[in-house]
Amino acid sequence: MKRFLAIFHARNIEFFRDKSALSWNLILPFFLVFGFAFLFSDEAREIYKVGLIGESPEIYDSKTDFFRLKQIQFIKIADLEKAINKVKHHQLDMVIKNDGDIHYWINSSSVNGHILERVLKGSELKTIAALNYQKQTVDGKQVRYVDWVLPGILAMNIMFSCLFGIGYVIVRYRKNGVLKRLKATPLTAFEFITAQIMSRLILIVIITAIVFFGSDLFIHFHMIGSYFLLFLVFTLGAFCLISLGLIVAAKTTSEELANGLLNLISWPMMIFSGVWFSLEGSPDIVIIIAQFMPLTHIIDAARAIMNDGAGITEIYPNLLALTVMSIAFTTIGSMMFRWER
Amino acid sequence: MNDILEVKDLKKHYPGVKAVDGVSFTIKEGSCFGLLGPNGAGKTTTVEIMEGITRQSSGEVLYRGNPIGRDFKQEAGIQFQSTALQEFLTVNETLRLFKNLYKKSMDLDELIGVCALRELLNRDTRNLSGGQKQRLLLAIALINDPNIVFLDEPTTGLDPQSRRNFWELITSIKKRNKTIILTTHYMEEASELCDEVAIMDSGKIIAIGTPGELLEAHFNDVLIQIPEEDFIINLDSGDFKITHKPGKIIIHSDNLHDTLRLLGERNVNLSRMEIRSRNLEDLFLELTGNDLRA
Repeated sequence: MKRFLAIFHARNIEFFRDKSALSWNLILPFFLVFGFAFLFSDEAREIYKVGLIGESPEIYDSKTDFFRLKQIQFIKIADLEKAINKVKHHQLDMVIKNDGDIHYWINSSSVNGHILERVLKGSELKTIAALNYQKQTVDGKQVRYVDWVLPGILAMNIMFSCLFGIGYVIVRYRKNGVLKRLKATPLTAFEFITAQIMSRLILIVIITAIVFFGSDLFIHFHMIGSYFLLFLVFTLGAFCLISLGLIVAAKTTSEELANGLLNLISWPMMIFSGVWFSLEGSPDIVIIIAQFMPLTHIIDAARAIMNDGAGITEIYPNLLALTVMSIAFTTIGSMMFRWER
Repeated sequence: MNDILEVKDLKKHYPGVKAVDGVSFTIKEGSCFGLLGPNGAGKTTTVEIMEGITRQSSGEVLYRGNPIGRDFKQEAGIQFQSTALQEFLTVNETLRLFKNLYKKSMDLDELIGVCALRELLNRDTRNLSGGQKQRLLLAIALINDPNIVFLDEPTTGLDPQSRRNFWELITSIKKRNKTIILTTHYMEEASELCDEVAIMDSGKIIAIGTPGELLEAHFNDVLIQIPEEDFIINLDSGDFKITHKPGKIIIHSDNLHDTLRLLGERNVNLSRMEIRSRNLEDLFLELTGNDLRA
């Protein structure tokens, strides 16, 4: 225990004195949360970009409701040729020119262009209104997109901090001989590894709490579940991801290789774990693969707690999956661990 | 003195390389044992096997008659040839970190005094000079009050003053009845510090004994060095056994009195003559046929 505490204490000192790393670990998550909160706030959320040639959008307003849709960003452009070129390169989804008649251009390979075309034409088909459509609204407190995406952003930040935080440090220690020096002492690999895990885990939990409550002051997250359960999910998730980082760091001696391997792990998780969009309707294979990713379980459980007020019974499959993965990763990482090159 | 460490037919083979090839020797308790040799001779590998850091291909290392085990790390102090310390820690914090890794430890205040670290206690270890860092690494090697201390080329890269200061430190440690195993390719260092030396080359020990014994066994002459322009004798006369160095003539003499008399009779100007005894470097070159490979 004395040896574990010595290494744990030294690692904490190292982290807190490394001002650049510390500030990066604190500032980056705030940037991420505020940046994405702005990008995905309903007010700022314009999905489509349409170029209007020559005239301001107000002139089009009287023509059709299409030009009042807040999901479309209308951009005034003087030169038709340049605008068409932007459509060709998917920088604009559509270009509209009004010379009495409305002319529009879309890229035949652009899905957004086709949807806009349907909306543009549909908005003029008065017969649609005659059909018997009945609008139903969803009751209860509204879950904004930012509320839905935030657990994913927090979990993604935890993932990067865990994987790169532990992976890089151990590879650097091995490369410059710190590990060899420690190997010459009675310190065991288990003591060293657990000290590194615990140090990183506590730091990540503290930083995530600071980011969560700090951001909440401005963004006012939708949080109707148990803070304790959320703490449990993030802590277990962080432990699992640190263990995964340990596998990469177990033998690697090159920071470049470690960087590549960590990116290889983190990017698929970022894409397929549902950080940005729901996996509903995705191909079965994607959903199956996602179940083997720790990030998926962290995000699913955190979203369920924050947005739906889920309890332990609803999220226990996620907790179980994270526990099993944590045990597996820690065991593999410890078995593979080498002090030296 | 009892044998504290015994190395028996130690071998370490890597694919295509016999780094250590059947090395055997014993080390007496309280002595300073020097393992000498050029770079690549196999001395670091030998020492790291003795430390328990590297696993041997075959052979064994006995500590007080028993194979070295896990507890050996509590008994041994190690200073590697090159090592890094955890960053952002001060000298004091680094010492305390290592102190807490052992069951027993030397009194920190005493250790700080012995290794002359008192002025450096609050300094970040990244800001130490080469000599200061070596003193800290030595203090770490001694922190568990070890019976046996391994020092792998501890003065490589130090300036002459720092090196001599380090030698004084080692001498003071020897006085505490610690057994020291020192690898070096500085023969002067070995002469100064070691009670017994083993010379290694190509993974084998090619000579072992006290410096005095080895010199006596291999040499019975002294060297007289004279500037070339002062040596006006016909070199083909066969009167002297000589070797050349740029601008100098080295005369090998097994009877100094007779050689000096003969040189005087031949009217050789002896005013710039230098006479010296054979040393370990001569022995090393004699045995390995190599220059010291730095």
